[in-house]
Amino acid sequence: MSKLAFESLSQQAVVGAGVLYFLAFLAQLAGRRVAQPAADGPSVLANLGVTMLPMAALVHLGALVTRGLAAEPVRVPWGNMYEFTLTATFAVVATYLATMRRWSLRWMAPWVTGFAIVVLMADSLWLYEGVTPLRDALQSPWLVIHVVAAIIATGAFVLGGMASGLYLLKERWPDRFTKVPTLEVLDQLAYRMHAFGFPVWTFAALITGPIWAHQAWGSAWNWDPKEVWAFVTWVGYAAYLHARATAGWKGSRAAVVALVALATLIFNFVGINFFFGSGSMHSYAQGLVEHLVLRSPV
Amino acid sequence: MSNTTPALSAAELLRWAWRQLTSMRTALMLLLLLAIAAVPGSVVPQEAINASALANWQDAHPKLTPIYDKIGLFHVYSSVWFGAVYVLLMISLVGCILPRCAVYWRALKLPPPATPKHLSRLPEHAKFSVEASTDEVLARAKAALKSYRIAQFDNSLGAQRGHLREAGNLVFHLSILIVLGGFAFGSLFGFKGGVVVVTGDGFSNAITQYDDFAPGPMFKPTDLEPFNFKLQKFNVEFITKGRSFGAARNFWADLAIVDKPGATPRVERLAVNHPLSVGSTDIFLIGHGYAPHITVRDGNGDIAYSGPSVFLPEGTDFRSFGVVKVPDAKPTQLGFEGEFYPTYAFTPERGAFTVFPDALDPAMSLLSYQGDLGLDDGRPQSVYVLDKSAMKPILKADGKPARLDLHPNDTVKLPDGLGTVTFDGLSRFVKLQISRTPGNWVALLGTIIGLIGLMGSLFVRPRRVWVRVQPDAETGHTLVEVGGLDRSSVSDLATEVDRIADALGREHT
Repeated sequence: MSKLAFESLSQQAVVGAGVLYFLAFLAQLAGRRVAQPAADGPSVLANLGVTMLPMAALVHLGALVTRGLAAEPVRVPWGNMYEFTLTATFAVVATYLATMRRWSLRWMAPWVTGFAIVVLMADSLWLYEGVTPLRDALQSPWLVIHVVAAIIATGAFVLGGMASGLYLLKERWPDRFTKVPTLEVLDQLAYRMHAFGFPVWTFAALITGPIWAHQAWGSAWNWDPKEVWAFVTWVGYAAYLHARATAGWKGSRAAVVALVALATLIFNFVGINFFFGSGSMHSYAQGLVEHLVLRSPV
Repeated sequence: MSNTTPALSAAELLRWAWRQLTSMRTALMLLLLLAIAAVPGSVVPQEAINASALANWQDAHPKLTPIYDKIGLFHVYSSVWFGAVYVLLMISLVGCILPRCAVYWRALKLPPPATPKHLSRLPEHAKFSVEASTDEVLARAKAALKSYRIAQFDNSLGAQRGHLREAGNLVFHLSILIVLGGFAFGSLFGFKGGVVVVTGDGFSNAITQYDDFAPGPMFKPTDLEPFNFKLQKFNVEFITKGRSFGAARNFWADLAIVDKPGATPRVERLAVNHPLSVGSTDIFLIGHGYAPHITVRDGNGDIAYSGPSVFLPEGTDFRSFGVVKVPDAKPTQLGFEGEFYPTYAFTPERGAFTVFPDALDPAMSLLSYQGDLGLDDGRPQSVYVLDKSAMKPILKADGKPARLDLHPNDTVKLPDGLGTVTFDGLSRFVKLQISRTPGNWVALLGTIIGLIGLMGSLFVRPRRVWVRVQPDAETGHTLVEVGGLDRSSVSDLATEVDRIADALGREHT
């Protein structure tokens, strides 16, 4: 199969995943409206909506794999913003599916599915880029570890942010969000997601990141804009964990801190490459040569 | 001031200030402040990170520059206010953690607390009757609570587990100090230098050989390890087809390294992502470019300059800018500056440009100057900049500046018999960073210890369980009560109490 065939297969898979997510979303919403056939279980439609989700995720995974196969040489599918976003959305859905049963999160399905639809659409419309090979600086096993960890943490933080956001909404309008569990459950879910994401993020941003930076750029920590914002995100989530243990900050204030930390994470993900493109060593639009900082030998 | 409240004595004030500083609320505020304080450094160009971007920014903002400079916005991460936030945070951390270490140490030695009178008031509780004797039930309880620390009382036992949560928390916070200590050690005793080496040339590790050299405050020149190396070969490939046309890949350089004078050379391959180590010094490949060989003969026909000249790339297309200074030329000193094009092309609209970054059809276009290069007055000068204050352009007969367009092996005559310039051939150069950061492994170890501690503090669940037995005089059975108390915010205490109750012989009806 040719590289171009893989690339268009990947695009088709993205569309396919989008359609499946959308059908799942419709089924989930319909399932919530339709009167439940028996008091002891969810409706057929709601069940369908939740069963379709892993199918959509599987097609989504296929889009990632074919995207990697489309590159010459074959590589991990996170060489640019489009691929990062595609992978991170998958991580959100995968983390959700992995924890759904364990933490009884069926109620959350429409929120996660809706998120996946919106982000996939935005990604395809505004961020699409063709397949290009990885730059030399990005060809490192540490890249794989660094990015996998960052993406997993992002998935957990997005889900945690959803729980914190819903906490604030439900606190403000308790009558409107009837399908959402109690504030206590939401707070605990937010904590669980963040407590899982935080060490993973620490590993990505403060361990593997510096190791890779040391190898590629000769310095473990450069205060590059991407590093600054990864640090800001880390401090933000550290503040969230402290806020939960501080009198007067438990509950809604902690939720606000978590959402601010999530905002810094998303800004780092999307904003840095647009606003600071030329200044950041993490911006993939530029070559190694621009790292040349030749100073006069004075 | 009210008369009824006596003024705080100095000692009391200090104690009050200390308590405020080490409170959780203050730590939280300082964390948020640290996050906010870090942001400007990503918005305003930083001197230590991107000096050329800073220069451009300062040119574009002449009014803001002095204000920003005064408040340290061009070096945020070494500014007083950024330092103040993190030093306060570290003091707060130490002040919070050390007393907690002492508390933890004392608590470790204490047995589990006595069984509360009313186990039914605990968050999780089970009460049932079994046929087994009291002793047997207590023996079963001991077996079921294997992972707990157990204390036996008269007719009950207390058990607790999860003390590693607090240990993890303490280890994590202390590890932050280890990491900062490691980085501080590295920047105090280490150094970071940059050097440009043309293929075929060598380098020996002495300060004078560096183009730029940034030592730490405690660095001693004798710390430089006495190695040298020769750049034998440099390879780079450029993609010639497809979407990534012109992108460079597969950079590597072969260095023949002599670890110390007299040692036999070993050839090692240096590449992006694959730094080389010589002793405790690291060598990184961070850039590359072209160095055309140029020979300048002066008016007398003598060779006044000959050798490779480093031309600095100006972009990913490797159009490069360079300078040649010829102080020995007679009758006047000569200077040249201009562009190098790896694959030369020319259109009337664009002028000269390069169509590909590889050296497929290299060419140079230089402007020439005569006069005083300004090298004799002792002022330091960059080798990449021509000081034209005392030089004037060399003009052709028609009064236009003499532009020298050269392909390899071309020789061009300067007007007025000032000499000739020859483009002899082409070499590549590499830009290397050579540095020593002695504390890096300490910092790395610190982060790993910290991560382990962090996981302990987040995932270990501290828990207390009590089991009380009472003989039931009427039936001859034993009445069992199990109670559990959980001190983490996420818990599956109910399942744990159920598990223990079942292990003690509870029957489900």
